Amino acid sequence: MKILDKINLEKLIGILKQDGYKVIGPVIKDGVILYDEIDSIKDLPEGWEDEQEAASYRLKKTNDKSLFSYVVGPQSWKKFIFPQRLRLWKAKREGKGFSVNSTKESKPKYAFFGVRSCELNAIFIQDKVFNNGMFADSYYNEVRDNILIISVNCTRSAGTCFCVSMKTGPKAKNRFDISLTEVIKNEEHYFVLEEGSPRGSDITTQLETMDASEVQIKEADDAINNAALKMNRSMNTAGLKELLYSNHDHPIWAQIASKCLSCSNCTMVCPTCFCSNMEDTTDLSGNNTERWRRWDSCFNLDYSKVTGGNFRTSGKARYRQWMTHKLASWIDQFGTSGCVGCGRCITWCPVGIDITKEIENLRNSPMPITK
Amino acid sequence: MTDNKSAIKIADPMIPETVKVKKIFWETEDVFTMELVHEGDERKEFRFKPGQFNMLYAFGVGESAISISSDSSKKTSLLHTIHKVGYVTNELSKLKRGDILGLRGPFGTSWPLEDAKGKDICIIVGGIGLAPLRPAIYHILKHRKHYGKITLYYGARTPRDILYTVELETWKKKYDIQLEVTVDRADSSWRGHIGVVTALMNYVKLLPEKTRAMVCGPEIMMKYAVDELIKHGMDEKEIFVSLERNMKCALGFCGHCQYGPSFVCKDGPVFSFSKVTDIFEIKEL
Repeated sequence: MKILDKINLEKLIGILKQDGYKVIGPVIKDGVILYDEIDSIKDLPEGWEDEQEAASYRLKKTNDKSLFSYVVGPQSWKKFIFPQRLRLWKAKREGKGFSVNSTKESKPKYAFFGVRSCELNAIFIQDKVFNNGMFADSYYNEVRDNILIISVNCTRSAGTCFCVSMKTGPKAKNRFDISLTEVIKNEEHYFVLEEGSPRGSDITTQLETMDASEVQIKEADDAINNAALKMNRSMNTAGLKELLYSNHDHPIWAQIASKCLSCSNCTMVCPTCFCSNMEDTTDLSGNNTERWRRWDSCFNLDYSKVTGGNFRTSGKARYRQWMTHKLASWIDQFGTSGCVGCGRCITWCPVGIDITKEIENLRNSPMPITK
Repeated sequence: MTDNKSAIKIADPMIPETVKVKKIFWETEDVFTMELVHEGDERKEFRFKPGQFNMLYAFGVGESAISISSDSSKKTSLLHTIHKVGYVTNELSKLKRGDILGLRGPFGTSWPLEDAKGKDICIIVGGIGLAPLRPAIYHILKHRKHYGKITLYYGARTPRDILYTVELETWKKKYDIQLEVTVDRADSSWRGHIGVVTALMNYVKLLPEKTRAMVCGPEIMMKYAVDELIKHGMDEKEIFVSLERNMKCALGFCGHCQYGPSFVCKDGPVFSFSKVTDIFEIKEL
C-alpha cells in the first residue's frame, strides 16, 4: 500500500495520457455526475456529493475538497465498452449484389478513472455476457482488453446503494490495475493506493509515493467500513432464484405493473443490462446501407414481437421478465446474479419502484395455494 | 484484464456473407423456397445440422431467422422455405435467380437423430413447421433401416397450404412412412382429414418406450401435441420441440430470444421438452 497526494494524482492522469490512454472519469454535467473524458483532476467534481433516494437524485456541496464523496450517477462505464449506438458494418450495392465493408476502425484505448466496486463487478458480469463460450463480441472484447482500471473505493453510500448485500462492494477486491481510497482527516487529504496488476505497478513506480503507515491504512479501511455501515438498503439473496422461479403467477407482478411506466429507464441505467436491437439504415439512393446496434430494453413492446404475435404484451410480463432475468435466470445463464446493488434502477425509476422492496414484498406475501 | 478468452473467434459473426439465389419458387400462395449457393464459388460447401437456422439478410431491409429446409448431405446449396409475412420475408420473396442476399449461420441446436437410431420416430408438424423438420426427414430416409416405424402427422390451414406435396407422396410410397395430413378448413376437392393435428394421433399405435417425437409448429399446437404424446405414455425426455422467438443477433448477445433461462438462438431452437416443461405453460414468459 502506498500513499499518494493530490499533486501525484494529477501526475497519474498525465502519465495515462502520455501512455496513449483516453482517460475517462467523473465530471459534473447536466446536474449529475457522469463519466466523460478528463484532462486533469480539476475536471473532477471536487467538493460535491450526491443525495439519492427512490426517484430522486440531487447534487449537494460538501464542506471539504473531497474528490470522490459521491457514489454512482445515472451512467455506468458500459457505454464505453458496449456503446449505446454502434455501427457494425456498411454495405454498398454492386450490380445484382452488394459488398459488406467491415474494415475495422481502430478502437479507443481507455483508462477508467474512478470505477466503483459495484461497477467493477458489473464489468466482470458483462465480460461473461459478451464472451459466452460460443461467441465473442468483437467490439466489446477488443476495447475491453486494453482498458486500464483505476478503481475508487466508496467511503460514503447513497440512499439507494445495496452493494454490501450483493457482496460487490464497497471495496474493490481484485482485477483492477490501481485502487484508491480517499482519506480526509485532520486537515490531511491523501489517497491510499493499492497496486492490482503489473501494469498498475509500472505506473505507480513513475509516481512519487510513500509507503502507507498502519494508521493510514486503518483510516482508509475505516472510511470504507463507514460506507458499508451507513448503507440503508439491502437485498436478501437467499434462495432468490427459486423464489422468483416459483412465483411467475404471483399477484405482485400486476401490483408493480400498475405503477411501472415501461419507460425502460432501469435498463438504460443498469450497468449490466445488455440487450440490443439492430437497425438498418439506407440512404436515399438505396445503394448504401448501414447496420447499427443500439441499446434495447425488455420493457419495449416490440422487444418480444415476432410476425405471428408478441410474447410479452402486458406490462406485468415485461417487468417480471426484467426482474426474473436480473436476479434469477442470469444465474443460470452466466453463473452470477445480474445485480450488483448499485441502486441506479431505484434512483432513476420515475415512479420510484424499488427492486429491494419488491423482493421483500414477494417474500412476505406467499402466493395463495390454488391446487 | 480478462482471461476468459476461450470463445472461438471465427470471422466476426455479425457480418453476413453474400450468397446467390440459384432458384426461387412458390410452394403455396404465401410460402416460397429459395435455393442458395455461395457467391463467387458455387462449389463451396455449406455445413449445417438438421434443425439449425440461418439469419437471412435482405439488402437495406434487415435480417430474419429462417430454418434450413434442405438435405444436410447435399452441401453445395441450401434450401430455405419461407413464409412471406413480414418486411424481410416480403423483400426476400421478390428476389430473382442470380440475386444476392446476406447470410449468417448456421446457428442453434439440431434434431437428435443419431441417438434415435433403432427407435420409432413420430413427427408432428403444423404449417411452416414442416420446413425445419424436412432436413431431419431427409436424414432419416437416407438411413431408413436404422430407424423403426416413421410417422408424420402434418396439419395445414387448407389443402392449398400443404407444402412439399409431391415429396410427401414419395416419402409415403417409397420409404414406408405413415403419413397423416389434416387441414383446418377443407375445400370440395379434399378427401382427407379435417381438424387439428392432434386428433390424428389415434390413427397410429404409438409405442411410447421406443419412440422419439419431434414437434414443430405454432406454440399452442405444440402444447396440445406434447400433451397428447404424454397421454400416450411418452417420457418428456424423448419429446423434442423447436421454439420461435424474436432474434436479432443469433449469438446470445441481444437478449431478445430469452425463454426463461435459455437463449433460443444458442440453447435452442430445438429443446428436449424435459428442459422446458416447467415453463412451457407460463403465459407471456
